[in-house]
Amino acid sequence: MTETFVPPTRFAVPGRIAVSNRAAAVWQTATLTEIRRETPHAATFRFAVPGWQGHLPGQHLMLRLTAEDGYGAQRHYSIASPPEDAGHIELTLDHVEGGEVSGWFHTVAEPGDEVQVRGPLSGFFAWPGDRPALLIGAGSGVVPLMSMVRHHRAQGSTVPLRLLVSARSPQELIYAREYGDETTPVFTRDAAAGVPVGRMSAAHVAPLLDRAPPGGWEAYVCGSNGFAEHASRLLVEAGQPVHRIRIERFG
Amino acid sequence: MNVTRGFTGRPRVHHPGLPPGQYDAGDDWPVLSAEVTPDLAAADWSFRIDGLVAEPRTWSWDAAHALAPSAYEGDIHCVTSWSKFGVRFGGVSLDAFLGLVRPDATATHAVAYSHTGYTTNLPLTDLTGGRAWIAWEYDGRPLPAEHGGPARLLVPHLYFWKSAKWIAGLRILDHDEPGFWEQNGYHARGNPWEEQRYSGD
Repeated sequence: MTETFVPPTRFAVPGRIAVSNRAAAVWQTATLTEIRRETPHAATFRFAVPGWQGHLPGQHLMLRLTAEDGYGAQRHYSIASPPEDAGHIELTLDHVEGGEVSGWFHTVAEPGDEVQVRGPLSGFFAWPGDRPALLIGAGSGVVPLMSMVRHHRAQGSTVPLRLLVSARSPQELIYAREYGDETTPVFTRDAAAGVPVGRMSAAHVAPLLDRAPPGGWEAYVCGSNGFAEHASRLLVEAGQPVHRIRIERFG
Repeated sequence: MNVTRGFTGRPRVHHPGLPPGQYDAGDDWPVLSAEVTPDLAAADWSFRIDGLVAEPRTWSWDAAHALAPSAYEGDIHCVTSWSKFGVRFGGVSLDAFLGLVRPDATATHAVAYSHTGYTTNLPLTDLTGGRAWIAWEYDGRPLPAEHGGPARLLVPHLYFWKSAKWIAGLRILDHDEPGFWEQNGYHARGNPWEEQRYSGD
């Protein structure tokens, strides 16, 4: 009974991407060095983490805040920065209404503050940069995808990469100033005159699959569960194989 | 202890059912599957147990429903740190299925696998003794597809990634074999009371 067991199935989970898990068990001190506002509801928090062993774009970490009475609150957050940003990591957090951890970040945190992090975690949603990637995100779901875009640029890579990003309006579009030709924004509520407004549809997805690179896309979908369900259905209907869709759902 | 300047946390009362590092998700039930939600009809669902057993067997939806019903009412805990109190699942105890296939004396572990290809490993002792179910009802209604419907494994005393959605079968083994998340750095067992989140915890 030592052979690799392959379950009889009509569906398939995408293959794993090998990453080192050595650092995952160790809490490290991360020192906040910079806060950058992205949108009225989201800001980027930059940390120095001298012992950070690096990550693959798309991976996340666990972050812990500790109160004086010993109470700890921990959350998973996607990493926004690329691995090239050695010794540093950036997180982009929405200010969640009543959010225990995001509330601290948005109303209390300032450079010099220290938090604890462990990671990087989970290789499943990672993109090593070696395969054509079709990235689809909504809201703060674009965060791990931006790590991939930044990695792609830092490497001067010619591997095909496209990003579809959905936001309520241009004002709510995280990283708006950083997008280039690889990105198509989709605005669901409000946009500049002449720019269509509406939910992401087959009209956005199908052309990208019709013009897929040789060997096809590896698709990465990130956002709320509702968006992830919608976008993954669009991909399947447009012909993307189910075993080449990786989903990160923000709970 | 590394106290975070200015962090007090939410006003809280101690809940004895909350494992360390967890918070109460209240009415929320986050969905955290990594794969596309399968379009799996109850009529197409089946559940198989094979490997180190006296009599491998496959149950259809109707055959599984012919077994004695069994409910779970209690708490669930996700490794991403939310817990949910007082949830109600309906289905059949895994003991009923295992009693019919009769695992060998040498059997120690199982790999649970889903109709999507997802896998997770469990010690056999965590699947027996009234601690695990095949569940198809939530709060008296059919289990929604995004939560693993038509049927999922339910092992509520371990982190919830062990409770494989869209359960298709168990392969009974005489050794431990890491599943999907376990190969991605998660803990082999996943006991929330010991915070067994990641390999090395």
